[in-house]
Amino acid sequence: MNFSDNHLLSLVIWLPIIGGALVLLISGSHRPSVARWSSLLVSLLTFWVSLSLWTRFDRSGSDMQFVERQPWIDRFNIEYFLGVDGISVPLILLTTFLTIIVVIAGWRVIQTRVAQYFASFLIMEGLMIGVFCALDSILFYLFWEAMLIPMFLIIGIWGGPNRVYAAIKFFLYTLAGSLLMLVALLYLYNASQGSFDVLVFQQLPLTSSVQTLIFLAFFAAFAVKVPMVPVHTWLPDAHVEAPTGGSVILAAVTLKMGAYGFLRFAMPIAPDAAHELAWLVIGLSLIAVVYIALVALVQRDMKKLIAYSSISHMGFVTLGFFVFDTTAMTGAVVQMISHGFISAAMFLGVGVLYDRLHSREISVYGGVVKVMPMFGFFMVFFAMANAGLPGTSGFVGEFLVILGAFSVSGVYASIAALTLIVGAAYTLWMVKRVIFGGISNPDVEALKDLDCRELGVMGILALAVLLIGVWPSPLLEVMEQSIANLLAHLEITKL
Amino acid sequence: MTLAELNIGAVLPEIVVSAMACLILLVELITKPHKSCALAWPLTAVSLLVASYLSLEQLAHPLGSALNGLVVQDGVSAVLRAATCLAAAVVLFYSRAYSLERGLWRVEYLVLALFGVVGMMTMIGSSHLLTLYVGIELLALCLYGMIAMQRDSVAAAEAAMKYFILGALASGLLLYGMSLLYGLTGSLSLDQISDATLTNLAPSSLPLTLAVVMVIAGLLFKLGAAPFHMWVPDVYEGSATSTTLYLSAVPKLAAFAILLRLLISGLGGWLEIWQDVILVAAVLSIGLGNIIAIAQSNIKRMFAYSTISHMGFLLLGFSTAGELGLSAAMMYTLIYMFTTLVAFGVVLALSRPGFECDQLDDLRGLNRRNPLLALMMLVAMFSLAGIPPTAGFFAKLFVLEAALEAGFIEIVVVAILFAVVGAFYYLRIVKLMYFDDPTPHLLSASSYGYRPLVGWALGVNALLLVLMIPWMGSILNWIVASL
Repeated sequence: MNFSDNHLLSLVIWLPIIGGALVLLISGSHRPSVARWSSLLVSLLTFWVSLSLWTRFDRSGSDMQFVERQPWIDRFNIEYFLGVDGISVPLILLTTFLTIIVVIAGWRVIQTRVAQYFASFLIMEGLMIGVFCALDSILFYLFWEAMLIPMFLIIGIWGGPNRVYAAIKFFLYTLAGSLLMLVALLYLYNASQGSFDVLVFQQLPLTSSVQTLIFLAFFAAFAVKVPMVPVHTWLPDAHVEAPTGGSVILAAVTLKMGAYGFLRFAMPIAPDAAHELAWLVIGLSLIAVVYIALVALVQRDMKKLIAYSSISHMGFVTLGFFVFDTTAMTGAVVQMISHGFISAAMFLGVGVLYDRLHSREISVYGGVVKVMPMFGFFMVFFAMANAGLPGTSGFVGEFLVILGAFSVSGVYASIAALTLIVGAAYTLWMVKRVIFGGISNPDVEALKDLDCRELGVMGILALAVLLIGVWPSPLLEVMEQSIANLLAHLEITKL
Repeated sequence: MTLAELNIGAVLPEIVVSAMACLILLVELITKPHKSCALAWPLTAVSLLVASYLSLEQLAHPLGSALNGLVVQDGVSAVLRAATCLAAAVVLFYSRAYSLERGLWRVEYLVLALFGVVGMMTMIGSSHLLTLYVGIELLALCLYGMIAMQRDSVAAAEAAMKYFILGALASGLLLYGMSLLYGLTGSLSLDQISDATLTNLAPSSLPLTLAVVMVIAGLLFKLGAAPFHMWVPDVYEGSATSTTLYLSAVPKLAAFAILLRLLISGLGGWLEIWQDVILVAAVLSIGLGNIIAIAQSNIKRMFAYSTISHMGFLLLGFSTAGELGLSAAMMYTLIYMFTTLVAFGVVLALSRPGFECDQLDDLRGLNRRNPLLALMMLVAMFSLAGIPPTAGFFAKLFVLEAALEAGFIEIVVVAILFAVVGAFYYLRIVKLMYFDDPTPHLLSASSYGYRPLVGWALGVNALLLVLMIPWMGSILNWIVASL
């Protein structure tokens, strides 16, 4: 056993962070190409290291794996405690994979303060992986909050015209939610006689009223991040204003952090409250699934449409969690991964058009397929995946969630299944207006099709979506044991 | 009593600094006047560093009570004295170029700063109301002088005057409280006051309550905590930025020390009288400071209100009166000082001949003009806002945790809510630096009023705010051990 075997998680976390700092240092503001190539190198290296998480992960093990534990602030019993289970491993891989995509996607588009742009993404990558690995709640909180800073800068510096408003709204919304979580963590520290260990929190007996309060505090933090219905309004703003890379990471990974928080914190720490308040979460999820999908239908801005579609899809994820059924929860986790790829691809697609015509308005486009056949092909493919067409990853997640929900309540399942109609409606209608039809104006006529770089990015994402769609079993195997454990834990009352 | 029994070594750092201050005054008479402080500045720096080293050295072998019980020399005084001297040296180092350009870099200025340090060290080591008061007044007189030294500035004169009058009022309150304490206990020594209060006096006694409240009012004024905060913004704004830096960063350590000496060592037995008063002041400071800071357009005023809110957090940790809360408050003060140095250091670096960086708008587009300074300011802002991964987050975390352990759950929630409010105005600075375009008059000035060495020092200072995190546990243990 050498260093990299014992500290695999630390390596995956700190490699991009240190790499990002180095990119900032060595390339400065005058050598953008150095920044581009070194960031690509760092992101590839991180992905390569993270692959060994996938290969060496023990599918049958029920404990946390690759555990690293070091005392840190011993007066408060805060530890540097990392570990992963079958739910976090796919999310880590999703993060490292998409960071490469984002680096390539920003290759030519970003021309101002290039080094800062790439460094922000690399540092954010490390912080997000940290969120998925941390088993000490203060360490988790540290990564969770620190991640806001690079995202804030990405939206605010490279974003659209209304970027400042969006960036500050994003930051304050998330901060307000997270601080309530901090109160809950501090309370749990006292209740557990001085520990910040998440696994200890999960075993801690709590009374019913305390559980409800703790659950609501966590709910505030995670619901903002997911985002769930009443607190979702930051997302359309942030998405629309963020640069393409920012939207990709925001939709593909950041939102998953909220969902992951439910699985790691809110539900296992307060299982009775989770059961008791399931109606609330399910209700809000169903509202997201149906109502937000309808809102998406009337959007004129492509990015806004995809942003609302993200909220609607994340509603599926939370629905899958709170029906407490193995199939549904598996489906929800698959949906997290699948939505990561699909939303990334959709935002990249809009980014491709935006780079060329500097507009995201649906009405500006029309008949794009006639001048950009390859682009048209990919957009239609991803739109189908977004609508949950069988054979794509979108279908697997949604189908499993509906199936699981059906075994609990036919009403939930029927309402959720409406999305297959509305979802298809808003995505396909957008595709129809943008991709098909007559060529609307001379600008569109002058569009150039995808170049090699864009083609590669789109192609590899399409491959991933297809692969999960037709052969999801490797993904399911990884998470199977962890989900079974989690559900077994949720059945045991803590009162 | 022989000289050896006096334990005069306990005040060695004070002796060094005062002797050097006198020496510097003499030396400057001999050297040529047109070379401003060519000799005085190195001597000042050396004496501060030596005093800092001597104080730290005392950490290993504390002498306890010395000079007939007038001063005490323990772990806290070693740490805080060392930090005070070091901070004063850094402050002078950062503000040198700025003061030089504005004709403030005179030997009297340095000597006043040195005597101010002596005053603070006296406050830190006091175990007697007399030493305590002498220390407070020595510091205050030096500060009045430093502010008023910019004599052609109306704002500075006004600030000095305001500070002086209100400061005298506060001293009066403090002295009145002290005299009542003396009348009640028959002693000025904090140890004897502590014994007397425990044995002889009921907490419900009106004179005792009056004395404690008077003393606390005086202390809160010196600390700049609500509701005795009125002077802070005006004085911060009116003073030259170099003086503001000195004023905002350095004396907070001594302020923490006098709270510790008076309320814990002296009146620790009467927690029930003063705990609520301190808690109310803490909540008021956090709330008022954070809300009013939003409305400011002047950097120095904004920092003044932000300081008020930080003093609230200090008081919150302090009000728990437990070992944990006190160490959290001490840690908070140290980290606050460390962060303020960066924030004001950047503001000083941005000012140059003929241009005063004092409006928030002067920070516009800093990332375009000077990305490194912008990054340092960014780190300082997030640290002040208490957002990870900066030291400021841990400072807040420790205080809140201590307060929660003491059972102040509602106050913790209120403090956290105001922290969100506070995040807004710190974010606004980040927004100005990173998202906004610089206005033309800002772009036209190409040079900055700082030297490369200062730039490096600022960089290290800012970097440490993040890089010290892995060692946060050891630092906390060290502080707990020193208490």
